[in-house]
Amino acid sequence: MTSTAPAVVARGLIKTYGKTRALDGFDLTVARGAVCGLLGPNGAGKTTAVRILTTLLRPDGGSAEVAGIDVATEPALVRTRIGMIGQQTTVDDILTGRENLLLWCRLYHLSEREAQTRSDQLLEHFGLTEAGDKQAKHYSGGMRRRLDLAASFVLTPQVLFLDEPTTGLDPRNRNEVWSALRGVVALGTTVLMTTQYLDEADQLADQVVVIDHGRVIADGPPAELKATIGGDRIDVVLRDEADLFRAAEIVARAAGVDAEVEAQLRRVSAPARHRVSVLSEVIRNLEEAQIDAEDVNLRRPTLDEVFLRLTGRRADDSGETGDPADRDGEPVRTNEEVAV
Amino acid sequence: MTTTELMAAPSAPPLPDSPADRWRWLIRDGFTIARRDAIHWRRRPGQIVAGLAFPIMFVVLYGYVLGGSMSVAGGGAYMDFLIPGLFTMTMAFGVGDTIIGVNTDVARGVTDRFRSMPISAGSVVLGRALADMVWAVVNLAVLAICGLAVGWRWHGTLAAAGLAFGLLLLLRFSLVWAGIYFGLLARSPEAAASSWALLFPLTMLANTFASPELMPGWLGAIANWNPLSATVTATRELFENPGVGGNSWATENTMLLAVGWPVLIMLIFAPLAVRRYRNRSI
Repeated sequence: MTSTAPAVVARGLIKTYGKTRALDGFDLTVARGAVCGLLGPNGAGKTTAVRILTTLLRPDGGSAEVAGIDVATEPALVRTRIGMIGQQTTVDDILTGRENLLLWCRLYHLSEREAQTRSDQLLEHFGLTEAGDKQAKHYSGGMRRRLDLAASFVLTPQVLFLDEPTTGLDPRNRNEVWSALRGVVALGTTVLMTTQYLDEADQLADQVVVIDHGRVIADGPPAELKATIGGDRIDVVLRDEADLFRAAEIVARAAGVDAEVEAQLRRVSAPARHRVSVLSEVIRNLEEAQIDAEDVNLRRPTLDEVFLRLTGRRADDSGETGDPADRDGEPVRTNEEVAV
Repeated sequence: MTTTELMAAPSAPPLPDSPADRWRWLIRDGFTIARRDAIHWRRRPGQIVAGLAFPIMFVVLYGYVLGGSMSVAGGGAYMDFLIPGLFTMTMAFGVGDTIIGVNTDVARGVTDRFRSMPISAGSVVLGRALADMVWAVVNLAVLAICGLAVGWRWHGTLAAAGLAFGLLLLLRFSLVWAGIYFGLLARSPEAAASSWALLFPLTMLANTFASPELMPGWLGAIANWNPLSATVTATRELFENPGVGGNSWATENTMLLAVGWPVLIMLIFAPLAVRRYRNRSI
């Protein structure tokens, strides 16, 4: 791979399962050393895309190169340059952390001496030295993910693929994994990760790619995506439904755009590009108008709202989930609020 | 540790390009993967005890609970008739372990992880086979000791007995490949576990516990042609235990079938298993 070649290139990838198209002309370019967040609801085709790029699946159409190597014609060579972490951790619970790493080191064909040295290095780098001789079943969710990451770094991969790395983790463990990921980015590894969480992409990615029905519908830096969808949002929840109309006027004036009203939730919301100034103006005006608010807050848009903005429909009413690979063991989470 | 230290990753050995190198990697990776199972056994002695209790339980159930009312076509002690059947049954039940083990790795993403690494399909499958064969040897040894304790004896030569055990392991080895294939095929560990339900009739519809001559004609024919029956009869013959009778083609060519069936099973399932593992279309 020349230094200027992109780390990942996909051109018009197509994958069909029966009648459904999991990928329908999927295009992607990820620059070397970048972190790309692949964002989309269940069944959008995220997992299928990752499985094709990691040589686990052959596309029905299109082509792809990873680390400059064609995934269809030279899968074995691609496998020496990549790391892949699936939705579940592949940590062996019965083995200790060190034994897990030794196993992976041997499978990457290091000599016994190299395997010992490398395992120690990896345990230390990923903050697992103390827990190294404990069986992995005693590890926390974050530690398991870090051990999984460590296993991918036996040979520092050129491109690391992660499929929803923090799904199911609590905020503390999620932070742990995020900082470990920042650490591997510093090693020069290109990262392509799928996620359902907008804030995860926001925290880590230089490039956010939104995928829907197997096609890319937005691609750019997080700031650009946020600008498209109107950035953060302000929510006002009222005590009295009768105030909804007046509150909507106040919010709309402060935000500079029409506010959305959800009567049954007694909620008014609008994009808040200038976060704090919108917030303080809304609070001031509500007080002046003597409107009693139960809650006023700023938050990140949910994946739902991103989709509503980009596609004109909600993420969960696509009617079909085209990607069987995405369905496996994955609870439907599309309506969940994005954790901030 | 500094970032630079971790960056000094050992360089990957180049992919093997000669057949000899490929074989070396295959064997080495197979052993590495089998070693994982060996650690599992060491750490979970409870599971070993449960696994070994199973054949012992059968010796007691069939030998003592049912044995009194069982008769052997052509005469002979039921215990002498039963133990070779139990050897074969244990080998057949081993497929259940293989199916569940393989499927658990699939369900937990371990198989995909292996597939995304520069290791050959054959070695992952071979690793499984090696581990399962070690377990099969342990199973046979325990069952043999248990059998000797309840009065089973072999009356032939030591060499013939050795050959009998060889045939049993050959059967198990061939079934490993079927187990790997079905383990990769099963949609969930629950589905994999239900394979036990199919194994039961398969081991019963044979000459394992009763002489086919004493069954209704059509059932006896099925039992005689059951691949497991070939191994059972052959081992009875080699151990010089009773129950070797009948005059069907299957019973007269029992040695040929005891080798032929496993070879056929292997010829069918080994390529299927490796292909299923490599399959990049699902």
